[in-house]
Amino acid sequence: MSPRAAKSFPSPYDTKTPKGAEGWQGLYPYNLIFQENLRKQEEQKFWFCDSQHWPNVFKPFEVIGVEYASRCLGAYNTRHYIIPPANGIDFRIHLGYNYFSPVAVAPELIGDRVPHFLERAGHYFQNWGSLLENWKKDVLKNIEEINAINFEKLPEMVSLEDVKGGKGQDPSVQLFDDYDRLISLCYKNWERHFEFLNLGYVAYLDFFGFCKEAFPGIPDLAIAKMVMGVDSVLFRPDDELKELADKAVKLDLTAHFVAGKSAAQILEAVKAAPKGAEWIKAWEDAQDPWFNYTSGNGFYGTDEYWCDNLDLPMGYTVDYVARVAKGERLHRPKDELLVERDRIVSEYADALDGEAKETFNGKMGLARAVYPYVEDHNFYIEHWTMGVFWRKVRQLGQLLADEGFWGNATDILYLSRDEVRPVLFDYANGWAVGTPAIGPSYWPKEIERRTKIIAALETQRPAPAFNEPPAEINEPFTVMLWGITTEQVQQWLGSDDSGKGGLKGMAASGGVVEGIARVITSPDQLGELKQGEILVAPVTNPSWGPVFGKISATVTDIGGMMSHAAIVCREYGLPAVTGTGKASTTIKTGMKLRVDGNQGTVEILK
Amino acid sequence: MSLYTFPFDSAEKPEHDRLGGKCTSLAIMTSAGMPVPPGFAVTTDAFDAVMNQTTLHDQIAGHLKGLNYDSPDDIDRQATLIRELILTQEVPDAVRDEVVTAYRELMKLCGGEVAVAVRSSATAEDLPDASFAGQQDTYLWIEGEHNVMEKIRECWASLYTARAISYREANKIPSEGLSISVAIQKMVNSHASGVAMTIDPANGDRTKIVIDSSWGLGEMVVSGEVTPDNFVVDKVMLVVVNRIISDKHEELVPTGRGGIVRREVDAERRNAPSMSDDQVIAVAKLAKAAEKHYGSVQDVEWAIDADLPDGSNVLLLQSRPETVWSQKKAEVKVSSPGSGIEAITKSMLGSMNLGKDK
Repeated sequence: MSPRAAKSFPSPYDTKTPKGAEGWQGLYPYNLIFQENLRKQEEQKFWFCDSQHWPNVFKPFEVIGVEYASRCLGAYNTRHYIIPPANGIDFRIHLGYNYFSPVAVAPELIGDRVPHFLERAGHYFQNWGSLLENWKKDVLKNIEEINAINFEKLPEMVSLEDVKGGKGQDPSVQLFDDYDRLISLCYKNWERHFEFLNLGYVAYLDFFGFCKEAFPGIPDLAIAKMVMGVDSVLFRPDDELKELADKAVKLDLTAHFVAGKSAAQILEAVKAAPKGAEWIKAWEDAQDPWFNYTSGNGFYGTDEYWCDNLDLPMGYTVDYVARVAKGERLHRPKDELLVERDRIVSEYADALDGEAKETFNGKMGLARAVYPYVEDHNFYIEHWTMGVFWRKVRQLGQLLADEGFWGNATDILYLSRDEVRPVLFDYANGWAVGTPAIGPSYWPKEIERRTKIIAALETQRPAPAFNEPPAEINEPFTVMLWGITTEQVQQWLGSDDSGKGGLKGMAASGGVVEGIARVITSPDQLGELKQGEILVAPVTNPSWGPVFGKISATVTDIGGMMSHAAIVCREYGLPAVTGTGKASTTIKTGMKLRVDGNQGTVEILK
Repeated sequence: MSLYTFPFDSAEKPEHDRLGGKCTSLAIMTSAGMPVPPGFAVTTDAFDAVMNQTTLHDQIAGHLKGLNYDSPDDIDRQATLIRELILTQEVPDAVRDEVVTAYRELMKLCGGEVAVAVRSSATAEDLPDASFAGQQDTYLWIEGEHNVMEKIRECWASLYTARAISYREANKIPSEGLSISVAIQKMVNSHASGVAMTIDPANGDRTKIVIDSSWGLGEMVVSGEVTPDNFVVDKVMLVVVNRIISDKHEELVPTGRGGIVRREVDAERRNAPSMSDDQVIAVAKLAKAAEKHYGSVQDVEWAIDADLPDGSNVLLLQSRPETVWSQKKAEVKVSSPGSGIEAITKSMLGSMNLGKDK
């Protein structure tokens, strides 16, 4: 390859489709795939793969997540707040994976956007507290509404009551309406997701930019540490389990928490024990809302939520009980984190005088005030909303499976959300006409075909990026959220092969640790992690919470300073190197690693 | 607790009366995180034990009585006699045993027999100021138990040099209750060394520590005869934020017994970092501790000792206030002063340059 060619990633139009995945384009909306006739303009944009949020191939229904999230992010930048230099982030699905391309505002248009931004975003910063209260109320109301939806088999007859009452409608109306509302309520909460998030980032970035100016070379990690909170609701589910473990030991129930037993077995044994009732009550109280929590990330219909599978939280609890019984203190060192945060802040502040010091304190104050949202929203939307949403989707999937449309509840995920609507009509139509629906003779075969395509796509890891990268990557969201920097892209291109047996990424959480690697590519493998191992994954999720008490460091392929892995590692005081690009494919389980969270390097020792 | 010796890294509080000025300062620096070359004090109790076991006190008093302070010859003669008395005086077993034990501990720490410096450490104004007296009672590159013991006695005897006797007379310092402590300290065997400043001299940023480092002794770094490696450390987070590894062509290395040889650096090490990152951070911590201890920006000379084990081989040689930057105010460039939406907008339009870290 010539040196010139090495400066660019391949075009998405030149990639090879894995055998058996031919025709994959038909599974996704036309506007999300690279269309042949738009080749010229699509090749002019730089696209990077977001395997942080979408590490696995999309099933057609799951496209809802990337569509709603990306569209709503864009709308807030472009249409709500008129963020002067940044529009949204364009997205495409290629070979089953998601690619992003940030859309900048033309320099000559930026100036006109400023007054709008000042007025609109300014209003939010000034009324942050009350607006956020309103946000929470509405988000919770939407969740409650989704929760109230119940997909039921159409009855043999329209109820006598409806007939006599002259309702003039059969239950299909409700069925269609419920489905439409399910989709619409999900959409509404994704709108809410970005209402504060983008502003949280710009306030953080203002402080970030100031620190880089005042203290040239200041580590990104230092800035994050000054702003981070220590009691985000995102960590609450894990904290609840720790509380429950403490309680179990205090109430003399330790013997009942036996590894390998199911939640049902343990609960039965605890119930029968003296003082067991007190623990059971605490366990039940914790579930609403804290068990609306997934070890996935909310973007996949098969993500398992604690409340749907109590074996998950019980498994962690059993592990915690054993450790508490041994005298270990499990709780996150909140006090120490606060002391350390104050030390860092005061040492930087002490180096400044006058206006610079005032600016430092002001910007940091605002960043701190808005920052909790950056962490907390994840629980309300990705975990809670999406947990309830997917449960309802699977409930509908089960109903249609019972009606013979396909085999399992999750087969519904092989249809796009817009394909489900005609299926409902087909079902209601057969029911109405008194004849078998057509779907049961059509969908099983089609789903089988699609399943094979998805499986074939899964055999191939996504290319990190497409086309020529810009000389400088400076779009704030790209840098903060995805950890995609000029250096990072150069490294992906293989032009920075400095370290022998080493990887470079973001110094996302400080500390240096040596230990044995465990490569985890799916949440199902989390059980394999042993005490003190180094977690290596394409991407981690904060809801893997309980494993963070077990591991000694984290290394990811994708993710920036504000990625979930970075946030959670800082909270747990573990070293983390994020955005290495290829750790999960380069490192093998059992390798000895040295993870330097201060320098952002990972060394393979043997 | 030992009576006659006191290691500089002891957890006990150093008492000036027992350790004298120099040893007290060495012990305080060590406990404040500024590791000076390791060593121990032979306390004033040891000197007192020697003096009090016989009639030595009275004999010395006899020599001083009727001394003609106007006659340098007489002072000289009596001083020589007194010193002779001290040098030939039997050292009590308890004192000798403790000193030997402390010395062997030090050798063990240094990984074998190494040379030490033996210096007197005065308790009050008993002696002229160190800069003067220091010349007479500092013995460098001393090796072996026997020789060290000899030099300790010479330090004890230095309390009675002609100059010291005249000085006390001139300043009306009574001769009763005089005592002296002795410092035994490892001679530094610089593997690498250099300077550290607790400010970035390029821009006055007080959150950085800038370190220059090269192989061997630090003189070549200070005099600019070699281009040192340069490390920038974030003072708050204690992480290396920038490094420039240079071609270090020459080094000065100690040959033992005070000799120094200047030689070409072998090809392998010329362009290799003269310090590991852990060592860079250790130097930075030491400089940060010095700044905190003295309450001002410091310019620190340090060395990495080749004999001492990792973790205790980074040593402070000297620390003095930095004078250039501390006089002027750091000019912090603030392109979007203040906070809130206006400042956010300004910085968003101004910077857009976050991808670059350095």
